[in-house]
Amino acid sequence: MSARVFVPADSSALSVGAEAVARAILDEARRRGLEIDLVRTGSRGLFWLEPLVEVETASGRLGYGPVAPGETAQLFDAGFLSGGAHPKALGRVDDIPYLARQQRLIFARCGVTDPLSIDEYRRHGGLKGLERALELGPKATVEEVLASGLRGRGGAGFPAGIKWRTTAGINADQKYVVCNADEGDSGTFADRMLMEGDPFLLIEGMAIAAVTVGATKGYVYIRSEYPHAFATFQSAIERARAAGLLGPSVLGSPHAFDLEARLGAGAYICGEETSLLESLEGKRGQIRPKPPLPAIVGLFGKPTVMNNVLSFASTPWILEHGAKAYAAYGVGRSLGSQPFQLAGNVRYGGLVELAFGASLRDLVEGFGGGSHTGRPIRAVQVGGPLGAYFPASLLDTPLDYEALAKAGGMLGHGGIVVFDDSVDMARQARFAFEFCAKESCGKCTPCRIGSVRGAETVDKIIAGHERQKNLELLRDLCEVMTDGSLCALGGLAPMPVLSALNHFSEDFARAPARAAAE
Amino acid sequence: MSGRTAFDVDLARTLIDRKRETPGATLPILHDLQEQFGYIDDRVIPLIAEALNISRAETLGVISFYHDFRRFPVDGRVLKLCRAESCQAMGCEDLVSHLERQHGIKVDDADGGAGLHVESVYCLGNCALSPSALIDGEPIGRLDRDRLDAIMAGAQGKTQ
Repeated sequence: MSARVFVPADSSALSVGAEAVARAILDEARRRGLEIDLVRTGSRGLFWLEPLVEVETASGRLGYGPVAPGETAQLFDAGFLSGGAHPKALGRVDDIPYLARQQRLIFARCGVTDPLSIDEYRRHGGLKGLERALELGPKATVEEVLASGLRGRGGAGFPAGIKWRTTAGINADQKYVVCNADEGDSGTFADRMLMEGDPFLLIEGMAIAAVTVGATKGYVYIRSEYPHAFATFQSAIERARAAGLLGPSVLGSPHAFDLEARLGAGAYICGEETSLLESLEGKRGQIRPKPPLPAIVGLFGKPTVMNNVLSFASTPWILEHGAKAYAAYGVGRSLGSQPFQLAGNVRYGGLVELAFGASLRDLVEGFGGGSHTGRPIRAVQVGGPLGAYFPASLLDTPLDYEALAKAGGMLGHGGIVVFDDSVDMARQARFAFEFCAKESCGKCTPCRIGSVRGAETVDKIIAGHERQKNLELLRDLCEVMTDGSLCALGGLAPMPVLSALNHFSEDFARAPARAAAE
Repeated sequence: MSGRTAFDVDLARTLIDRKRETPGATLPILHDLQEQFGYIDDRVIPLIAEALNISRAETLGVISFYHDFRRFPVDGRVLKLCRAESCQAMGCEDLVSHLERQHGIKVDDADGGAGLHVESVYCLGNCALSPSALIDGEPIGRLDRDRLDAIMAGAQGKTQ
């Protein structure tokens, strides 16, 4: 049997040369007359090790990384196909502490299997959740999702089961399932990794939702900044159709369900669910006032179940193992697992799936190993561009929905962006407004105008112009935006600003000359 | 982006007709047009409006809403440079000033010249390997000045 070698085709891995490494391995094997079976996988999410090459041996999957294309001949010389010693050898990949300490429910297969092989998906436990849902029937499936305590992983944390129950309870000639894959938050990449590394899991999760609520058509709205994820996901849909997972009879059941991937067009606001619906309908991505909720009046005016990639991707595990087993992970009202994403100025950035309740310090120091530059960590932004900046003194905050809210922040989509002590927090506050101004859909005044005025006010503070007065004005503006905006963009843009003001006030009090000289 | 061709009304009409029956067809059609021609020519506005039975104003409204859609052709390669928080933490703004100082390229300038058009984007989902960019759709992680210089050299070589 020829040796099996695994090289990721995940776009992060590609961004540091995985394609060249894969080609070099094939060339080298051919030159040496060796037969190998090269499998392109997703990524394990240990990005400082990318390109991470794995080989299947009697003692398990062994890793080598990060591998440069020029190193492949050396690897062959060292006998890496049978696990030979080499300076880049990492041993069994599953035993790497970063991976071994995780609780991977959603990402169990990501980086392990060929993402486009439905046979491998099945061999590694896929489709059991959907089979169980078909057995249980819609009512019991909704109960299972409700009992699991699964909350929307997109950011709002709304119980997924309640959305499903609402849509399931409506009589309509057409219902839809829509997946929000417009993962726009800086510091997040879990949706992308999943769509590139285990797309059938998302398809299975959406199919579970569809057969449960009685929807026959689904859309996945993928941001255009993810061209590789879009391409992989489209291939996955075609293969799922060919395998009978999608189509007129889902896995041989009487349920019909088909899926279409749609490409966004660079608008952050389309991650807001009603904007996303407008965009799918071919309009400007302007938000709709709620109510009516999309679960009742959604896409093309029809009842629509909308969830994030990770929410749908959690449901196969829940159905397979039961709500109780899922709820055994986590703390308080934050149940199950959360894929955290470690990013920015961090030594070991990557995907860390853990049960809720680990502290920010566990993530940033325990997994992340401190800053990439080696300088002291000064601020950590949790939850994307609308999330709070935490100072080093608050690193012991637990990462669950309630604890973060209590600390003046939010979990969002689980992105954690680390900054070292060179960061200027007044500039970060300004950027929060600037970004909001750029991405505002323009529907409501607090967001559209407030964000522009906010950036101007921060500029005045930085320039030392009537500082006290402008600081008061800034807080007042933040209150107006928080309370008066129609959606979370304008409503949460003040969160990073206020956290910067509250925890890093010294950055707003610097001598203006210095600010001007920068 | 690979096979950009000069604007051609008949080809545009064919592309529009191909998807006019798709529910919510506007974005898919605009993506196809931009993929083909590299930008959205104003001459397609009445064609899309008629095909989808919406007004020309609505059509223009959609085109102008989304950052992706360019209304003017660009020369050469397209570099999408991430300027969101994670990449800020790893020095993307230094790369922006390097482009301007060393190469005279202004990010988001419609008239980029020099065979490289650079656009700001906010997050490419490669945040563990910031600073991040896409060059003609291909991802680059841990982008630095040297890599930018090499891209510049390559882009200029192409146009000369």
